Amino acid sequence: MEENRLTPPCRAVVVGGSSGSIEVLLHLLPALAPRVPLVMIIVLHRKNSSDSTLLDILALKSALPLREVEDKDPIQPGNIYLAPADYHLLLEKQQLFSLDDSEKVNFSRPSLDVTFESAAEVYGPALVGILLSGANSDGTNGLTAIKKAGGVTVAQLPETAQAGYMPQYAILHTVVDHILDVAGLIRFLNSLE
Amino acid sequence: MIEEEEIDILLNDLFDIYGYDFTNYSRASLKRRITRLYGLDKFPSFAELRYRVRTDSTYLRRFVEEITVNVTEMFRDPLFYKCLRAEVLPSIAAKPFIRVWHAGCSTGEEVYSMAILLKEANLLHKSLLYATDLNPEVLEKARKGIFGLNQLKQYSENYIESGGTKDFSSYYTAHYGQAKFDEELAQKMVFSTHNLVSDRSFNEFDLILCRNVLIYFDKDLQDRVLNLFYESLSPLGYLALGAKETLKFSTIQSQFKPMNKEKIWRKID
Ligand SMILES: C[S@@+](CC[C@H](N)C(=O)[O-])C[C@H]1O[C@@H](n2cnc3c(N)ncnc32)[C@H](O)[C@@H]1O
Repeated sequence: MEENRLTPPCRAVVVGGSSGSIEVLLHLLPALAPRVPLVMIIVLHRKNSSDSTLLDILALKSALPLREVEDKDPIQPGNIYLAPADYHLLLEKQQLFSLDDSEKVNFSRPSLDVTFESAAEVYGPALVGILLSGANSDGTNGLTAIKKAGGVTVAQLPETAQAGYMPQYAILHTVVDHILDVAGLIRFLNSLE
Repeated sequence: MIEEEEIDILLNDLFDIYGYDFTNYSRASLKRRITRLYGLDKFPSFAELRYRVRTDSTYLRRFVEEITVNVTEMFRDPLFYKCLRAEVLPSIAAKPFIRVWHAGCSTGEEVYSMAILLKEANLLHKSLLYATDLNPEVLEKARKGIFGLNQLKQYSENYIESGGTKDFSSYYTAHYGQAKFDEELAQKMVFSTHNLVSDRSFNEFDLILCRNVLIYFDKDLQDRVLNLFYESLSPLGYLALGAKETLKFSTIQSQFKPMNKEKIWRKID
């Protein structure tokens, strides 16, 4: 595609999901083989429990090293980071993470909007934002911020999502560059440069 | 949208005029807080916000209260409290006198939780809990020991998960939608303002809790504050941080030994 050649190289991907999104990740993570070392950041609405089951499941499936973020962890290409339960996940310009336990946003902590907006500030046009299955409207403002900063926005094809509301909401209320099913998402991620 | 340089200007003002130094706070979070307040209070321009902060000391109080985060709860992370009960308190129980410091105590829920633990371990009578925060408003609330009744169900569940076996409601009296915690607990508490950025050590403690405060600081400031804690701990004293905070980037790491899974460290020497 003509316009793709104009996009700068991608350095980071933020993925946000709510109900129904873990299943998508379980398909996506084993199939990841990006051509360049990327930073991938996953933010999920999860129960505010300290149990590590979700982390274990995702880490087990992931082709790339995946871990849960602790405060001030450095952001290193080639790694996948999971936002911890009950904190907002922010990115600092010095390529490290900060956590924040302020009020919930869209009834959620972590909120997808908060991380997406913060990542957009740090990565500008070199960022891809992906919104997966979910039953609320979190993430749409975040995608808007990513788009405004020159990045690329993606939503899961709502009919293929267990809960189509969240990607559908984004498609209706902001500019989404690509609407993809799971196979399409894998192809898209593996062809990023 | 507030620009990076504008944040710098504002932080300079706060320091020059009021002595509050936020320059080493985590920038991403601080910027988000300021932007949020800017929207909430409907300022037409950055210049208006700046003017207000510079000239209106009542507004300054609101500003400080809103850009710092005061979220807290009783027995937050119950398993952390379980570890305090099972391992930390027994190991300091033999001391003739126990001093605890809650640095960044916010509205006091953490302090009352601790007092309950100490009471149940039969140690409260010989303990003193120093509770400090930079924000005088939250300390005022903490002193009263009155918490919203709507949260008490959650707190009571946390309490049970932390290993509590008493009837949680025996610790407070409910009144018009509020729960007033026993005076007996508050009697062992000393509340005072203390700014971790600029104030010094003021005593020696057997246990310091500083939970979900360091996340708002950059790595340099974290290191400075952790050194302050190091100086303020008795030999073999304990340091407890929030669930996602760590010593791993700090120069004092080697002077501490981590305890199992919870975020508790013991000073080695
Ligand atoms: C999120 S609350 C943590 C409350 C409690 N420790 C907990 O974990 O539930 C953070 C507190 O740190 C305080 N704080 C922020 N900066 C501080 C500073 N420089 N010195 C002392 N307290 C500070 C804030 O006023 C706020 O009450």
